[in-house]
Amino acid sequence: MSQLNHLLSAADLSRDAAINLLDIAETMASVNDREIKKLPTLRGKTVVNLFFEDSTRTRISFELAAKRLSADVINFSAKGSSVSKGESLKDTAQTLEAMGADGVVIRHSASGAAYTLAHSGWINGSIVNAGDGTHEHPTQALLDAFTIRRRLHGAASTGKALDGVKVAIVGDVLHSRVARSNLLLLNTLGAEVHLVAPPTLLPADASGWNAQIHYDLDGMLHTVKPDAVMMLRVQLERMNAAYFPSEREYARVWGFNADRLALLGEKALLMHPGPMNRGLEISAAAADSPNSTVLEQVANGVSVRMAVLFNLLSGERSIDNV
Amino acid sequence: MSNYLLKNVSLVGQAPTDVLISGEHIFAVGSDAAKQGASAEVIDCTGLVAVPGLVDLHTHLREPGFEASETVLTGTRSAAAGGFTAVHAMANTSPVADTAGVVEQVWSLGLAAGFADVAPVGAVTVGLEGKQLAELAAMADSRAQVRVFSDDGKCVSDPLLMRRALEYVKAFDGVVAQHAQEPRLTEGAQMNEGVVSAELGLAGWPAVAEESIIARDVLLAGHVGSRLHVCHLSTAGSVEIVRWAKARGINVTAEVTPHHLLLTDELARSYDAVYKVNPPLRTQADVFALREALIDGTIDIIATDHAPHPDESKDCEWSAAAFGMLGLEIAASVAFDVLIDSGASHWQRYAEVLSHNPAQIGRLSQQGQPLVAGSIANIALIDPTKRRDAVSTESKSSNNPYLGLTLGGEVVHTIYRGYFTKRDGSVAAVGRDHTAKAGN
Repeated sequence: MSQLNHLLSAADLSRDAAINLLDIAETMASVNDREIKKLPTLRGKTVVNLFFEDSTRTRISFELAAKRLSADVINFSAKGSSVSKGESLKDTAQTLEAMGADGVVIRHSASGAAYTLAHSGWINGSIVNAGDGTHEHPTQALLDAFTIRRRLHGAASTGKALDGVKVAIVGDVLHSRVARSNLLLLNTLGAEVHLVAPPTLLPADASGWNAQIHYDLDGMLHTVKPDAVMMLRVQLERMNAAYFPSEREYARVWGFNADRLALLGEKALLMHPGPMNRGLEISAAAADSPNSTVLEQVANGVSVRMAVLFNLLSGERSIDNV
Repeated sequence: MSNYLLKNVSLVGQAPTDVLISGEHIFAVGSDAAKQGASAEVIDCTGLVAVPGLVDLHTHLREPGFEASETVLTGTRSAAAGGFTAVHAMANTSPVADTAGVVEQVWSLGLAAGFADVAPVGAVTVGLEGKQLAELAAMADSRAQVRVFSDDGKCVSDPLLMRRALEYVKAFDGVVAQHAQEPRLTEGAQMNEGVVSAELGLAGWPAVAEESIIARDVLLAGHVGSRLHVCHLSTAGSVEIVRWAKARGINVTAEVTPHHLLLTDELARSYDAVYKVNPPLRTQADVFALREALIDGTIDIIATDHAPHPDESKDCEWSAAAFGMLGLEIAASVAFDVLIDSGASHWQRYAEVLSHNPAQIGRLSQQGQPLVAGSIANIALIDPTKRRDAVSTESKSSNNPYLGLTLGGEVVHTIYRGYFTKRDGSVAAVGRDHTAKAGN
């Protein structure tokens, strides 16, 4: 299997490496279905969840993943990141290094923080980017790809990519690390990516992005007939910065509601990384529909993160020994 | 009184000749020099090109207030290492240089250091806050004789205040040097808005935020008939606006930094904050437009925007890092590569953009003088044959984005008012003693 040093960006993954990780995640998922959901693989390894930003969901997902692999887990919650606000990223990293962390899962409000940590020389352990500012969130992209693959191929998922699968990502693309990582990984896996958003919430120059851009959600649903629609969380402070006029207008034009559910194919996935703003980007009817994969995504998140930690931290050990 | 005979020196790229320096002045040039300089110390300048001592219109010396980054002494030593004989010290110190007292303090620190003329820049508004005009006339009338006024680091974004500042400085032949940055369009901005910022997820600093202010300011300068200087112009669009304004006869001058002539936003992909600067590094197309404008005269000068920061302000995540990079020890080499080594221009233009023009804009009559008998002996001597590692050794800070690059046009000697502040590649231990008659 291809061994990674760090997972900082979805772009770090070749097609083979990505499929390999998804396949390991399938194995991990089967572990998660057992009565005793635990493997001895990372016994004696220490994983630090270094969270400079609150995210209970992502943290407990990584925590559970590490614990199921028998790693020792430390949660380090450090609010306020910059030099002016207290201890610097450098000092925190060097502290963890002194304590002997084998893997550091970092969530930070600054884009590039995971990259900086991995390339600074401050720390030798493997770095997993659990979300850096408005840049990337690669394990989210992996769990989304895993979820799509499972829904489309079921038990026959192993070894498959997402060639020709049409995925629409809808909402605040500009500020979304979920969108950036998904765009990269979906392209790597051969999917066709569509971005749907108000022009204010798209990059001013997205010419470097391999995706089709739409402003009209209904039009996209009619013409593209996507296999999966990924709704992004909208942060309400964006409204005050004039990205859109009101919640009502946003929900009407770019929210996923019962009417749009009717435009979705029966087998199409309706995805959301959570936490959802019900009634804003997604209505209750849509969120609770059979198309919705929200809870599957949560469950799959643990399997995918187990696969990532396994790949980064287990050394030469083969997945066949699991 | 020390006398030096510079032997076989090319004056601004011309055929080799001799230059006799006596005390603070150039005493003779050509065959006269050798004849009258029999007792002078001979400096073999074979292969070297002499240009008038370089003048920087945009330097952050950080003193008073931020001495951990730089002091007037270390900053002017860095200037001497880079061939400069005069620097304009920006006003964003602590306290801000917005009173006669502070500008006189900076000016006298420069005099005491003795490595270059230090011309303080006065703040346009009190505390750089953009609300109330600072006492510009008091600074102009002080011993520092301030002629350049700037809120650099911040933009005078209020159009009425900018108009008044432009009008007011006419009384003492001053100039307003604008840091063109529309504040609302750049809230939280981290790097150039474009393809790279979209990928990196860093908040964009759009070109239009610079261009819209420049467009407004040239119109204001034209309307009130005053002098406007545009700091660190960084986009192709800004070049077009300045070109248009000059064609209309508006009294506008513009500067470009060495880093905007050489580096692009692609470097941000490393998330290495040494490349974080304001205005940000732009695209290759912008770099080409800036170079062309520098050569064709649309851009008048190269100014360093030398902005030292301590390691802790750069050794961190990108968004927490300070804006700014070093430049004093690199500018001469970047200019050499862009103008001379490229074959695109000539030494005369080099001397204009690094010495004559900035001295003229800053109204420093004792700087940027032609290399003829009677001029003050401010001279940079450059080796056009050797390439060197782009190191910066004299600044107190090390935020040098050129590290790892090799550049041409090394400054071998710097002569400041007849005194070698740099000789054979080494900066002098002590500065020129202005109280003595002259010389080393």
